[in-house]
Amino acid sequence: MPITDHRAARLLRVPERPGEKGKRSAPPAAVLVPAVLVTLTALIPLGFVITMTVATGWEDATYLIFRPRVGELAINTVSLIALTVPLTVLIGIGTAWLVERTNVPGARAWALLLAAPLAVPAYVNSYAWISTIPTLAGVWSGVLISVLSYFPLVYIPAAATLRRLDPALEHSAASLGLGPWSVFFRVVVPQLRLAVVGGALLVSLHLLAEYGAFSMIRFSTFTTAIMGQYQSTFNGAAANMLAGVLVLFCLFLLLTESRGRGTAHYARLGSGVAAAPVPARLGRWRLPAVGALAAVIALALGVPLVNIARWLIAGGAEVWTAGPLAGALVQTLGYGFAGAAVTTVLAFPVAWLAVRHPSRFTRILEGTNYVASSMPGIVVALALVTVTISFVQPIYQSTAVVVAAYVLLFLPRALIPLRAGIAQAPPALEEAARALGKAPPTAFLKVTLRLCAPAAAGGAALVFLGVVNELTATLLLSPSGTWTLATRFWSLSGEIDYAGAAPYALLMVLLSLPVTYLLYTQSQKAAGR
Amino acid sequence: MNHLQIANVAKTFHRTEVLTDVSLTVHAETTTAIVGPSGSGKTTLLRLIAGFTAPDAGSISIGGTPMADGGRLVPAHRRNVGYVAQDGALFPHLSVGRNIAFGLTGHGKTVQKRVDELLEMVSLEPSYSKRQPHELSGGQQQRVALARALAKEPQLMLLDEPFSSLDAGLRVATRKAVAATLRRAGVTTVLVTHDQGEALSFADQVAVMRAGRLTQTGSPFVVYTRPADRQTAEFLGDAVILDAELHGTVATCCLGAIPVKGRAEDGPVQLMLRPEQIRVVDESPVRGTVVDSDYFGPETTVRIQLHAEPETITIRHWNALLARPGEELCLRVVGEAVVFPES
Repeated sequence: MPITDHRAARLLRVPERPGEKGKRSAPPAAVLVPAVLVTLTALIPLGFVITMTVATGWEDATYLIFRPRVGELAINTVSLIALTVPLTVLIGIGTAWLVERTNVPGARAWALLLAAPLAVPAYVNSYAWISTIPTLAGVWSGVLISVLSYFPLVYIPAAATLRRLDPALEHSAASLGLGPWSVFFRVVVPQLRLAVVGGALLVSLHLLAEYGAFSMIRFSTFTTAIMGQYQSTFNGAAANMLAGVLVLFCLFLLLTESRGRGTAHYARLGSGVAAAPVPARLGRWRLPAVGALAAVIALALGVPLVNIARWLIAGGAEVWTAGPLAGALVQTLGYGFAGAAVTTVLAFPVAWLAVRHPSRFTRILEGTNYVASSMPGIVVALALVTVTISFVQPIYQSTAVVVAAYVLLFLPRALIPLRAGIAQAPPALEEAARALGKAPPTAFLKVTLRLCAPAAAGGAALVFLGVVNELTATLLLSPSGTWTLATRFWSLSGEIDYAGAAPYALLMVLLSLPVTYLLYTQSQKAAGR
Repeated sequence: MNHLQIANVAKTFHRTEVLTDVSLTVHAETTTAIVGPSGSGKTTLLRLIAGFTAPDAGSISIGGTPMADGGRLVPAHRRNVGYVAQDGALFPHLSVGRNIAFGLTGHGKTVQKRVDELLEMVSLEPSYSKRQPHELSGGQQQRVALARALAKEPQLMLLDEPFSSLDAGLRVATRKAVAATLRRAGVTTVLVTHDQGEALSFADQVAVMRAGRLTQTGSPFVVYTRPADRQTAEFLGDAVILDAELHGTVATCCLGAIPVKGRAEDGPVQLMLRPEQIRVVDESPVRGTVVDSDYFGPETTVRIQLHAEPETITIRHWNALLARPGEELCLRVVGEAVVFPES
């Protein structure tokens, strides 16, 4: 399940540190060149779509784009987004408010549990539901699974914002004569705007990119249709044109989001320490509130876990030994570690430029990476298939290309924490080390690199989470004959071997849980910026 | 002995000239303060001495060894120069002890002994060694930063506004403690500050910087009482500037005939007095009426409308009772004035 956290970049945005009192030095080529190369590579999927459209020619392109099938897909995709996003926002804000701002019993436990569904890939959710209700199909089933899989993307930033929101604002509003409801809608809700708009964008991008979850319930979106085209005709113009339309949708969403953010300031103005908020008293609504939270958790976390357990019991010991489980686990861990390491290393020059050499150029460089990485996995995969076949055939379907896809998809996950980490290691510290007799490389290693190591590790963990659950690009790109947990799970559940798929689902959830916890705690720390 | 020698140094950032033809000599075991408003280039000069950046022209030598001279450049880590940054720049991931030991080589007991010694030099208990930087107050952090910089017995100590992030009371105490430590250690020191009071009280030599140039260098007493030009005079403290007519060594202005230091051509000049040179006396031909006053406790700033002239002047006085608006005062000038050519 790709979390395209380009959005979080803006939430975590660190104030720019002017260089030497505004006198910036030019960035060294050793950093600039790799950063530019990484950014150019990130543009491959976009470039691919444009090139393919041009190559197809105007007439063929219009023929392939303006046909009833595409209209059908557009209606499906748009209605999916239009129905899912408001529901995720409603559930995300509602649950966030309950756990952060009311005296609901067990608030801390609920707070964590509500983030946990992120550890369950959407296609595992789909598997749980379809294996329970085999007749599930159509847009409403898609909405059900999407809302349950993705509401934490709104919940996490909303909860973090509510937690950090200075109650003095609410007190001031109350002293100006506003009642509790007016305070909520006129003060609290506007403050949530960034979190909600950002969360909604993430949900929408996921809906555009998700393949497994919708394919399993036979609900067609652009992504599932492209996959279908690709599997039947291999690299046909039809698939490429659909990818073009998908990219347009994607860019349109990014544009809408940047408009929706507005220009107002939401950070706390002035100095002083924010007081802890006073929780609202729910009174006789306490039990219904607990009931609502329990229902959300039961559907989003209970259903998949119970179903995995059910199939494990049904399958017995045999399912653990039947397939290449250990091999798939090793392969997944290998991809996960390689993807995390390579992505983090490649994100470093871009993050470094953004913090140490802020300029119009480096801002564009950084922003390009966020936009480029918002492209759906299917587009990235198609682009890499085409590029490798046309230019570097020897590496087609090699591990290198799989890892490259992970870099393109998950770079922002490493970039955002690294940026914050580098900002916490100001140049003055490195200079202090040099004045104390350490040569520049030693000073860099012992101070700057050491100080951003925790941030780098956090970013790498998030990339790892993304890789472990990635299905679409891995299906298209991984060397034939190799299995990851996700692809093996996919092939087994495709054969309706639900029991056989269960161990793979369980392992993916178990691998994802610690990182989901990390993501949750990080968001709690970083909110409000 | 000339310990630090800076000759004709220039530095340009992005086509903006930050330093122009700067020359400065600092004698061994003395303290020099480079003082100037923000953006005057003083921090850049300090960073050139430390070796963090290279000058475009000119030369820098420390202890007779050229550090930057034409194309040759000794990198920062080979200069053995101590450097204390504005906020101390303590390494947040290391304890106080390991911060201080950062530049030291050697192991275990010898290092620990040296760390304890250094902590004692900056008046901190040995127990501080185990603490983390964020557990210290701002003043303590600065003292640890100083101990760290002293660890390798540097031949030159550079202090970049080390007291400016501290609050007023702590600033004076920390400054005194640091000055005493450096004097005991006998380290040649260069301090950069925008606070003229700090510069005047801390240093043996004050170098005033403005717009990338050193406008005057001398002892604190000399630069304060005999500033080279009007801007320098006003930057170093409150100044009363009056139009005057110079004849030889006496200038005549609305406060009477005043002996002057320095030279200027006879004729119209500008005359500068420090407010404390204008005293309230019982009887004098120069009179004025109090317009308003600011009470600061031990002293009062009084604005006076002179009777003979349309001008008002501002002086300092200890007696707030005399300084009520409308009160008539007799004034007399003590000491000599400084004259600048009419601008």
